[in-house]
Amino acid sequence: MASPLLSRVSISNATAGNTISFSSSVSNGLLWRRSAAFPDKSRRKVSTVQAKIREIFMPALSSTMTEGKIVSWIKSEGDVLSKGESVVVVESDKADMDVETFYDGILAAIVVGDGEVAPVGAPIGLLAETEEEIAEAKAKASKSGSSAPPPPPPPAPAAASASPAAPAVAPAKSAASAPVPDGPKKIVATPFAKKLAKQHKVDIGSVVGTGPFGRITPADVEAAAGISPSKSTGVNEVSPVAAAPAPVAAAAPKAAASPAPPPIPGSTVVPFTTMQAAVSKNMVESLSVPTFRVGYPVLTDKLDALYEKVKPKGVTMTALLAKAAAMALAQHPVVNASCKDGKSFTYNSSINIAVAVAINGGLITPVLQDADKLDLYLLSQKWKELVEKARAKQLQAHEYNSGTFTLSNLGMFGVDRFDAILPPGQGAIMAVGASKPTVVTDKDGFFSVKSKMLVNVTADHRIIYGADLAAFLQTFAKIVENPESLTL
Amino acid sequence: MSSLSLWISSSVAVTARSESDHRLRLLSSSSATIATSPALHFCCLRTEALKLGAKSNRWKVVAAAVAPQNGSASDEFDYNLVIIGAGVGGHGAALHAAEKGWKTAIIEGDVVGGTCVNRGCVPSKALLAVSGRMRELQDEHHMKAFGLQVAAAGYDRQGVADHANNLASKIRSNLTNSLKGLGVDILEGVGTILGPQKVKYGKVGSSGNVITAKDIIIATGSVPFVPKGVEVDGKTVITSDQALKLEFVPDWIAIVGSGYIGLEFSDVYTALGSEVTFVEALDQLMPGFDPEIGKLAQRVLINPRKIDYYTGVFASKITPAKDGKPVIIDLIDAKTKEPKDTLEVDAALIATGRAPFTKGLGLENIRVETQRGFVPVDEHMQVIDVDGKLVPHVYCIGDANGKMMLAHAASAQGISVVEQISGKGNVVNHLSIPAACFTHPEISMVGLTEPQAREKAEKEGFEVSVAKTSFKANTKALAENEGEGLAKLIYRPDNGEILGVHIFGLHAADLIHEASNAIALGTRIQDIKFAVHAHPTLSEVLDELFKSAKVKINTSSPGVAPVTV
Repeated sequence: MASPLLSRVSISNATAGNTISFSSSVSNGLLWRRSAAFPDKSRRKVSTVQAKIREIFMPALSSTMTEGKIVSWIKSEGDVLSKGESVVVVESDKADMDVETFYDGILAAIVVGDGEVAPVGAPIGLLAETEEEIAEAKAKASKSGSSAPPPPPPPAPAAASASPAAPAVAPAKSAASAPVPDGPKKIVATPFAKKLAKQHKVDIGSVVGTGPFGRITPADVEAAAGISPSKSTGVNEVSPVAAAPAPVAAAAPKAAASPAPPPIPGSTVVPFTTMQAAVSKNMVESLSVPTFRVGYPVLTDKLDALYEKVKPKGVTMTALLAKAAAMALAQHPVVNASCKDGKSFTYNSSINIAVAVAINGGLITPVLQDADKLDLYLLSQKWKELVEKARAKQLQAHEYNSGTFTLSNLGMFGVDRFDAILPPGQGAIMAVGASKPTVVTDKDGFFSVKSKMLVNVTADHRIIYGADLAAFLQTFAKIVENPESLTL
Repeated sequence: MSSLSLWISSSVAVTARSESDHRLRLLSSSSATIATSPALHFCCLRTEALKLGAKSNRWKVVAAAVAPQNGSASDEFDYNLVIIGAGVGGHGAALHAAEKGWKTAIIEGDVVGGTCVNRGCVPSKALLAVSGRMRELQDEHHMKAFGLQVAAAGYDRQGVADHANNLASKIRSNLTNSLKGLGVDILEGVGTILGPQKVKYGKVGSSGNVITAKDIIIATGSVPFVPKGVEVDGKTVITSDQALKLEFVPDWIAIVGSGYIGLEFSDVYTALGSEVTFVEALDQLMPGFDPEIGKLAQRVLINPRKIDYYTGVFASKITPAKDGKPVIIDLIDAKTKEPKDTLEVDAALIATGRAPFTKGLGLENIRVETQRGFVPVDEHMQVIDVDGKLVPHVYCIGDANGKMMLAHAASAQGISVVEQISGKGNVVNHLSIPAACFTHPEISMVGLTEPQAREKAEKEGFEVSVAKTSFKANTKALAENEGEGLAKLIYRPDNGEILGVHIFGLHAADLIHEASNAIALGTRIQDIKFAVHAHPTLSEVLDELFKSAKVKINTSSPGVAPVTV
């Protein structure tokens, strides 16, 4: 789909979403907070000034997209790009889309070539502002190209966990090696079988064909991938099956590993909606990240007082908490970072606070972008818009998948503390409990009753260590306990 | 009388057109034709259905009233005009000639209707109508979006095949009736030109009958082109001729050639459950389409379907299924000719284009040699002999001349030739002839592609602009849940001339005519953009397209003053 077109019509944000991914990660934290009436515009201008070589990231084109394939680069290295031009065609799990640049510049280097696959957020090309920088960008590209191994992501756990349903896999493999030793046997697979194999990451060479003339049929691939070949339509359903529906961020998919027990008579089976399937997939994926938790008590009397004051102006508690978290993150960038490949820190240039919202039996995380830079009122207004969009199912991809840190608040239900699951691709998530009057002693031993709220942060221990998290929480508590800075 | 009023209004509206000038004269010359002229006016190209039933009686009367009067000119010849080949091109020419009152004969060696009606456009539309519905019913997501629940859709192959066959016979009889109704003689057998103004017709091998004609039109059409190395057995290795009979639906079919024929069949076969592998000699699928449209079409019509493809390869050898072996296709690199791959499939459809059919035509008798199989002609479709001289009184239209291998182009050329013969100096503007590919959604085009336009602009030194609109913004398309689509306008910003329009989207084939008519009539964007379109309709896609074009001059053509009615 030609995206210049899209930008003119109703779903204009889809392309804007892509361009978000273009924003540079080269420098961060340099932005001055502006009380601009048009935050978007000011952000663009500022970032144009600061970054000379920009990374072009693999954009997230849909909520379920975890990696994308470069169908083709429309531009070649050395081409001069102007804002809005299509640069590369990316194939997601749903569609091919032209991705356009949001900046003028020169395409200095292509990091991920035609036909190759890269995870969402990974750099796929470099954009230089002037010709002098091309060499520098190229050097950078070759470095990152050698160190980062983007093409084969480890899809093993997903495929393996799905196998109990498919006893066909094992015999199939052994049979493959046994009977036909006559040199390089040609693999014949039908077009749809090949597509399915790619989709489910099944090595077509390991599948034994049962179709006419020994060809590999779509059913063979489905059997090898461990999916019941119920639907011939080939919808993009995800394979791993978790028995327990994931209600809110807190629920853990414990039942996933156990062999499916026989259904209790009278039970009904309701298939996941797309959103629920995406939640399920994310939750299972989260198991591959080593997480730990740190809790912290925060006194909220002053915050509550502030809230009462600004509430008439339309400020919500969500906005206050998001703002406080964002300001704390600005001082602790590592908590805002993420670990994409198990080998490096990816520091995010903007602080985008995703807030978990239970909606229509599902769960979605609208994102307050640049929460550290927007003022409380704009943030509250933005939040209102996002919630309305989420209800109307009109959130654009970048509005729910660009978060760098997640906030989950169950305080309004009276929950005093809980434990959140870290969403894949982020470094930390904060679970906020209810603020309750509590007897506290100060350092001089005086008792008093204060409102206390417990926050519990789950983080990826590959990049965020205990001390980092503790320091971040300390900062967060300070901000909440002296909330004047929130209104600045 | 309603037909009379129709006649009057249409003649008034287009008085500037040469055709209606002619009709006015005809009207005045023969009082007997007054009541029936409107019908004649209607009997142009594809309105066969109109001429059936109750009206056909009247037709005979007309023919009787007109023919003797105007046919008297052909004292020295048996016929004013003899057309060899009763396809859509020959039919169009015959009707137009009969309308002029000429004594006309049409020679057909096979069945009336030619490729289009019997083995081409017509039956394929029947199959595509089925595939469109199947596709819709199978698309759970699409149905759900409407709130519809449909149980698993299935089909009866013979029922589908019968629909295609019935449609072909119906249109064939319509065509035959319209010819007979106008008094055109249908002569059965193979037509051979014996010499200037002399044609023989009859069964092959028989002595045949010789007739003379003042003018001769060759309209023998084409047959599917089968490259060498390909063995067509009519069962597992087939051409469009057999595919349209839909004798079986293979699990896996290779389609050699990804032009509009291959594309349409891929639409049919995948809807009926087959998997498809395209084999394309060029580096890109869908050569010939505007690249941007082709790219989009590929993303909608190919990538999400059960289709894969090989590009830049020739099928050097295709062996039909036999002795318990599948169809085997050897692929070689199109450039290096090195062996690339071998496909084992259940069937192969050869859709590598069409070759002109001129066998037995007796071209040698008038010293004409075909060029790559095509009959050479000038811009008036008059045949050129080996010395490069025009052959008097012999014309060639349609696929046989290869100018534009489309049924309606043939028909337009036929009408143009008749006009030319009657001294009206007519040249067909091929750039105004639309083309369509009836996939789901459809693709249509008229005029130049963007690269062609840019090349022309480079040569002639003008500027080219492109405007695009999406079906996603169109209310009617969204109501149908068919927002996927793009319309593209290529034009000259300096004077507003339309160079080309390309549409991919719901009912694109029906939408293109606003653009093709504008090109044919020379309407400029700055004028057409003020035309009003009913809301909400798909036509608004074009409305928006014209409006989004940025033409540098605002003045519309002089002399068009607004009239309050």
